[in-house]
Amino acid sequence: MTTKSVPLATPVVPAKRPSSNLIATITSWRVLLSIAILCLLPWVLPSKALAVNVLIYGVLAMGYNLLFGYTGLLSFGHAAFFGAGAYITGIAIGQFGVPWYGAVLLGVVGGGVLAFVIGGLSIRTRGIYFSMVTLALAQLVYHVGLQASSWTGGENGLRGFTVAKIDLFGVSINFLDPVNKYYILMVFAALALWFVSRVLNSPFGAAIEAIRENETRARACGYDVERTKLLSFVLSGLICALAGTMSALHLAFVPLDVLHYQTSGMIVMMTLLGGASSFFGPFVGAFAFLLMEDVFSLWTSHWQIIVGSIFILFVLFLPKGIWGTFLAKVIR
Amino acid sequence: MSAPLLAVENVGRRFGGFVALADVTAQFEPGKVTSIIGPNGAGKSTFFNVLSGVLTPSSGSIRFKGMDLVGTRQHRFVHLGIARSYQITNIFPELSVHENVRVAAQAGRSRYNIWTNRNRFRELSERADAALDSVGLAAKRDETAKFLAHGQQRALEIAIALISDPEVLLLDEPTAGMGPEETKEMVALLEKLARERTILLVEHKMKMILGLSDRILVLHHGRLIADGSPRDIQTDPEVRRVYLGQNDGYA
Repeated sequence: MTTKSVPLATPVVPAKRPSSNLIATITSWRVLLSIAILCLLPWVLPSKALAVNVLIYGVLAMGYNLLFGYTGLLSFGHAAFFGAGAYITGIAIGQFGVPWYGAVLLGVVGGGVLAFVIGGLSIRTRGIYFSMVTLALAQLVYHVGLQASSWTGGENGLRGFTVAKIDLFGVSINFLDPVNKYYILMVFAALALWFVSRVLNSPFGAAIEAIRENETRARACGYDVERTKLLSFVLSGLICALAGTMSALHLAFVPLDVLHYQTSGMIVMMTLLGGASSFFGPFVGAFAFLLMEDVFSLWTSHWQIIVGSIFILFVLFLPKGIWGTFLAKVIR
Repeated sequence: MSAPLLAVENVGRRFGGFVALADVTAQFEPGKVTSIIGPNGAGKSTFFNVLSGVLTPSSGSIRFKGMDLVGTRQHRFVHLGIARSYQITNIFPELSVHENVRVAAQAGRSRYNIWTNRNRFRELSERADAALDSVGLAAKRDETAKFLAHGQQRALEIAIALISDPEVLLLDEPTAGMGPEETKEMVALLEKLARERTILLVEHKMKMILGLSDRILVLHHGRLIADGSPRDIQTDPEVRRVYLGQNDGYA
């Protein structure tokens, strides 16, 4: 018998795809491009309020996308981290007089710790059970928010922590001015974009994609799947908690609704509408969702029926979402 | 006889009341190709799953270089030096062919690095290219893995398993679903690998097994019924009765 190696694949020159260079260019500049688009937002959108919400919910959906789009885990409980970030920031400022930057830091870290606990408990299960455990644990957090009313204000929500001005490096900025507020929150969003982009480019980013693609193979390659998932869950929770602190600073109010399971559902919808596992998709999804809410709620108080129907159409016919489909079809 | 690299002693595995593997004892010497054969349901896959940490044996011990492997978590096996391929093609379908192997190589050194750009680890990328070259997939490097032909996907899976430079390679039906041409190419690849590594092979294609193996184990109803050279196995009356006799098509 021959001992010479025979190639299993006949060598073929790979087809040239000139547009793949464009994709590569967009990818390597994705943080700056995203920041540039977000910088223009308040001047392009009909209202500054919509722009701020796109920013906050875009960061929220981006944090969620790290877990859902890139790691392949469908959590129905991410309202818990958004809410934890918001409540901790509000309580720290309002009840303990912590300066705003300390409160933001506490909110983010608190959300991360909560994600470690909820993630640690839920990651032992898979598929639908994972989704249900995250939902159940987030409902537990909701009820803590409802019952611990001396801390959280219960059903009335948390008030009394207005941040009127931001003092930084000797400069005092009026935080009540909508433009100032937008660009200060924009700094947080920019940091989150940069952080997530680095994570996605890292070896860890490759590992979570491998786990999403094929958990069995990833484990056989030597990845500790459970630990990797948990780390992804915590990073996702940190970003979502940051969105929560941004929301608290913006509204100077934390409604109990931030912990409601409808918020968790909204996060999933935004991510899917924009395009799961695309970098900028979550911001596009947040924008699309909020715009639909604004427009349809003018016509009818049952706007959710329309948004829900559109969402179903997306899941059926455009599973890559708005941004994902745009990247795949228009550019390629 | 050199010291065994891998030693399995009285290993059994039951699922509820069903005994999938019973009391199997065997030693594997370095540098040899051992095939495991047996009719469907004989326990071959269970045996492989126990050897690669997918399943924990219900009884018995597995020693690798003197180290007890029972209770070791599955992802540790590849770091210790035991890698495997699967009966049903098991790759990362949406990733590029190169990334499939690169991400497997990366598992050996930076699993939790969330900060450095992955392209900074040039050595991993180069090793992935070398592995693709050795299985004849260098030209397909930038293709999405799911678009490869079946035989190429099987070859990719072998590249993924090889990238950790394992001492023991477990191959579960590497030619499953392949036509005669693809099978011939895979056999040539296996012959090349056999000169460098200890290989355990589950296969159904009898001609291929007899040509490749230094030794053959025969499982039947979870029990080891024969263990010997290809020549011994061919003439073993018990093997002929349970296995070869009822399936002339294999020869």
